Amino acid sequence: MTMNTQGRPTAPGEAAVTATDTFTGNRALQIEEALLFEIGRYDVTGVDLDEPETFTPRLGKLARKTPIDLPGLSEPEAVRHYVRLSQKNYSIDSGLYPLGSCTMKHNPRLNEKMARLPGFADVHPLQPLSTVAGAVDLMAELGRWLLEMTGMTSVALSPKAGAHGELCGMMAIKAAIEAKGEPRNIVLVPESAHGTNPATAALIGFKVVTVPARADGTVDPEAVKALLSPQVAAIMLTNPNTCGLFERDVVEIAAAVHEAGAYFYCDGANFNAIVGKAKVGELGVDAMHINLHKTFSTPHGGGGPGAGPVVFSERLAAFAPLPFVRVTADGPVLVENEVALEGGETPFGRMVAFHGQMGMFVRALSYMLSHGGDGLRQASEDAVLNANYVRVGLRDLMSQPSGDRTCMHEVLFDDHFLDGTGITTLDFAKAMIDEGYHPMTMYFPLVVHGAMLIEPTESESKASLDLFVATLRDLVLKAKAGDTARFLEAPRFAPRRRLDETRAARQPKLKWEKPEPWSEAAE
Amino acid sequence: MTTYFTKDHEWIRIDGDVATVGITDYAQSQLGDVVYVELPEIGKALAKGDEAAVVESVKAASEVFAPVSGTVEAVNVALTDEPGKINESPEAEGWFVKLKLTASDELAELLDEEAYKAFVETL
Repeated sequence: MTMNTQGRPTAPGEAAVTATDTFTGNRALQIEEALLFEIGRYDVTGVDLDEPETFTPRLGKLARKTPIDLPGLSEPEAVRHYVRLSQKNYSIDSGLYPLGSCTMKHNPRLNEKMARLPGFADVHPLQPLSTVAGAVDLMAELGRWLLEMTGMTSVALSPKAGAHGELCGMMAIKAAIEAKGEPRNIVLVPESAHGTNPATAALIGFKVVTVPARADGTVDPEAVKALLSPQVAAIMLTNPNTCGLFERDVVEIAAAVHEAGAYFYCDGANFNAIVGKAKVGELGVDAMHINLHKTFSTPHGGGGPGAGPVVFSERLAAFAPLPFVRVTADGPVLVENEVALEGGETPFGRMVAFHGQMGMFVRALSYMLSHGGDGLRQASEDAVLNANYVRVGLRDLMSQPSGDRTCMHEVLFDDHFLDGTGITTLDFAKAMIDEGYHPMTMYFPLVVHGAMLIEPTESESKASLDLFVATLRDLVLKAKAGDTARFLEAPRFAPRRRLDETRAARQPKLKWEKPEPWSEAAE
Repeated sequence: MTTYFTKDHEWIRIDGDVATVGITDYAQSQLGDVVYVELPEIGKALAKGDEAAVVESVKAASEVFAPVSGTVEAVNVALTDEPGKINESPEAEGWFVKLKLTASDELAELLDEEAYKAFVETL
């Protein structure tokens, strides 16, 4: 079996289990929020409807025989339920969010204001083109910015997120290989890659071969050359990579890959670190997805849909999927189907029914225009500066797996500094929750033991970073001083204590079961 | 019965021409609590290095590769309901598959217990 260094406790220790000793189960103003079905009753409703008069249903045998069992709540009860749930959310708006490999960007409110303009917010993908010229112009302008920043030739805006963009890029590579009639079926993926890379390659029928990382955490061009053959279709490389390091031999790797007749897919998840600094087209990349929601500040995670446009080099440009915006002397034209194709345009198909996430396009372009080229470059520089500020602030107490070297937008530590303390990366992260911080990414990348990957947002102030660094330093010193209980019992102040991940996975409760007395009451 | 090992942390116990395959104690300790196992179909012919099973712990999913070529003769169906057996008893009750060997000369390429222990020491 392939071995991941993921070993860690997944069930809470005994010390971690305590009850709340309040009558309500609430902890001060942190309310113990039950499910709507548990708060609601069947004898009340927030809507005052007249009892229906006697009527003969025409549903026949299809008529419902049991009560529908929807819980009833008054309007204030429903409002409180959702407001309380929203207060349990933790986001970049509530505090520092150091998840590595995830880029929690500052989301300027201007983006939101622009995305809510009725002319963008209320368009429908089936509207006649003549009524949405502004939206098509915006897509063309967004594409122009993305191509300028990457030095690439064509763009597919439609993919819905990073992994979908990867799939789009790899499908274009597959189409290009098939167009040449070559029997290439191997994709090279470095071992530090995001898990979606090998999954994407495998999904469309490629065989994945892993490229080992060298001791400094980057890919060795000699290791790539040793694996290249006429069967290799592509390499999928993340740059900057998941260890937060710039792949310094990327040009040499790209040249070797091209010489072997293969293509170079770049995972653009970490593009945030190099916007305005390096054009990936000049590094030899043939296709790269761009997470608008990571790099250009559109909401991330639960905050909104993703958007993963893909840029293509000249070698792949013709295979970009439908629909796309063709720029002509008379302005941009939205090419929606095969009938509208011109010579040299050979799309491999389409990724989605419509044009992509319009709201994300508006937010991303709003971010780009409000920052300008120099502002985007500064955002990247600030992201790298902040990560290195954290690195330098912690390097004497924590351990870096690849030695003490400048990182990009995220800094990676391993768990060697905890050796002998009996405390794991997981315990350390839980103790951060007690201090009011969302933990960093843990146990990823897999190539590093007990990984802690920290990515501070570029907009964090020096004061905010100083407090974060001081907090982590204090925790490390406590760990080394033998204050083990603080870690093993953590989180001590969260609404829920240590969760039992194993039991949650082995015996998942996926459905709310109605307690028996309730069903009688509902009759 | 002879037990062999691989650098991929699998053990192979030979009884006549049948090889019982599982993962080592070191492997289970690194994976953490196993929560799901996917086993191959009986009768499936596996070449050395083919994916024989999938094992998923709380935070990692890994493949178990066929350490030698063979035909799947039996699978440990008890793991489906109790994947925890892999953590509790990795080298006995937590076995994955029994393979009827089709290329027994491949056994020579495997590690013996001493060599495997020495290999784990280096990790």
